[in-house]
Amino acid sequence: MKKIYVNEKWCLGCHLCEYNCAFANSGETDMVKALKDKEISPRIHVEEDGKITYAVSCRHCEDPVCVKSCISGALSKKDGVVTIDKNKCVGCFTCVLVCPYGAVIPTDKHAAIKCELCLKNACGYPACVKGCPNKAIVYEER
Amino acid sequence: MSINYIYPEFEVVRNPNRCICCRVCERQCANEVHRFDADGKVMLSDESKCVNCQRCVSLCPTRALKIIKSDCVLRENANWQNQTIKEIYKQAESGGVLLSSMGNPNPLPVYFDKILINASQVTNPSIDPLREPMETKVFLGKKPNKIERDKDGNFINNLPPQIELSMPVMFSAMSYGSISYNAHKSLALAAQKLGILYNTGEGGLHEDFYVYGDNTIVQVASGRFGVHENYLQAGKAIEIKMGQGAKPGIGGHLPGTKIVGDVSKTRMIPEGSDAISPAPHHDIYSIEDLRQLVYSLKEATAYKKPVIVKVAAVHNIAAIASGIARSGADVIAIDGFRGGTGAAPTRVRDNVGIPIELALAAVDKRLRDEGIRNNVSLVVGGSIRSAADVVKSIALGADACYIATAALLALGCHLCRTCQTGKCNWGIATQNPELVKRLNPEIGSQRLINLMTAWKHEIKEMMGGMGINSIETLRGNRLMLRGIGLNEKELEILGISHAGQ
Repeated sequence: MKKIYVNEKWCLGCHLCEYNCAFANSGETDMVKALKDKEISPRIHVEEDGKITYAVSCRHCEDPVCVKSCISGALSKKDGVVTIDKNKCVGCFTCVLVCPYGAVIPTDKHAAIKCELCLKNACGYPACVKGCPNKAIVYEER
Repeated sequence: MSINYIYPEFEVVRNPNRCICCRVCERQCANEVHRFDADGKVMLSDESKCVNCQRCVSLCPTRALKIIKSDCVLRENANWQNQTIKEIYKQAESGGVLLSSMGNPNPLPVYFDKILINASQVTNPSIDPLREPMETKVFLGKKPNKIERDKDGNFINNLPPQIELSMPVMFSAMSYGSISYNAHKSLALAAQKLGILYNTGEGGLHEDFYVYGDNTIVQVASGRFGVHENYLQAGKAIEIKMGQGAKPGIGGHLPGTKIVGDVSKTRMIPEGSDAISPAPHHDIYSIEDLRQLVYSLKEATAYKKPVIVKVAAVHNIAAIASGIARSGADVIAIDGFRGGTGAAPTRVRDNVGIPIELALAAVDKRLRDEGIRNNVSLVVGGSIRSAADVVKSIALGADACYIATAALLALGCHLCRTCQTGKCNWGIATQNPELVKRLNPEIGSQRLINLMTAWKHEIKEMMGGMGINSIETLRGNRLMLRGIGLNEKELEILGISHAGQ
């Protein structure tokens, strides 16, 4: 199945993926309206250490520990994609603690969020991939 | 100096209603123009550092940024123009030679824009390139004067080595050092896929790029940087660089700060040492000397590689080309005064040399008159900006064109003309690894392929319109051209009639 992969070699650390992600999941049609003067909660994060930069998002693991740890059955894996049902999420954030990549993100709305490959939003194709200026983030079969 | 005489040339205009403070402008500007003010939660900018490369403009996700020319002007004076005065201020402060990059930006005549192309109507049919075959393939190299047969009547293959190109365009010389590894890789990949050639420039050939050898012209210039036997063997052709359109008569200087790592290894000089290419080749003071180098290189490569001699377009170019055509060279490359550079003294770039259109017409005529046009192929460069310029060049007598500025534009260059600073935000004219990685050769090569494919379509369209189905038929076909707004002398040199004639 197609997944999001990051080539560290081409990541510029521009952080545009974070903003494209936040916009794609905002439900808004205008980026300014969606993001201006707001704290963004993207589902992809650029990890930085000096000059090394690398965007990290959900790996959609073979055997996802987040799904195993979920006490309310909000997290599940369907067709290879780990998804979260925010209506079932009780905000215990166990998944946040157990994810080895830090790819499940707590929010103040009592529900965790995570990358769902933009399959549930209007974008339809990973916004971070579409907006990456250097093809550092790719969506492909490996 | 405490007084700042020069007001910044550009203004960074940020639309506060659109800016979402994502800081991409700050992260992408190697000149450190933008910064985030955490207290006021706003982006601030220092326009004095801006070179107008438009990296921030292109990456801003909300189009909140634009760069405009400052309207702060000195008092108008037709003789002492603003630019002239600012250059005086700069020199009064630095005491140095002014440096510039890329081609001559001054409003001197562009003859290509004063030449119009013919098309067929009624009495001769035009050709639709989408329905009928159209040949854009060219072969560069010396052509035999006659067909030879052995005593049994069979052909003797007397064809000297040729360069085959799928279309009459090549990427001209830009050294590894002046441009980045990724820029070179983009050019090499694109040349291979397109069936054309790129040129190493005087910086040697990086070991990773030997695999693209069949699509590479290896250059031998006055500094002889990176030249060794395997290098000469690696390429499809060898180019002797005598001059460059942007800076005829002077050599090159790659500062030691750019001679790092692989650049040093590829050039075969110590890290940190300045790479100085002398103005002349110290072993070439005559056509006879040039002939010796041409044949030395041929000897070293078993007469299997065509030798190109590249010269800048200067006043007696026709006589110079006539000499080169007798030197044993297979191809003459002429670089017009608008040709680009990674760094040249401003005065030289803007005042030395002649337009390529005039040089080409003069050289082609001279070689024909002397009956030696078949001795050599002609390649022209120095601001070939579009498929129309290619068609006009071919009709004026060129076999192929060299493009470099157009290729760099395809890679993202915005012609900010500050290559000499080494801080290219587009990852082209820099050796800083953080900046070099901004140019992904996968994207770069595809953009080059797209550009050349588009030009090829346009060349075919224009040829078809003229009722010509082979580029060979267009070559030197000056009847297909007319001048507009040119005087008698200009028309005479170009060898074309005026529109309406």
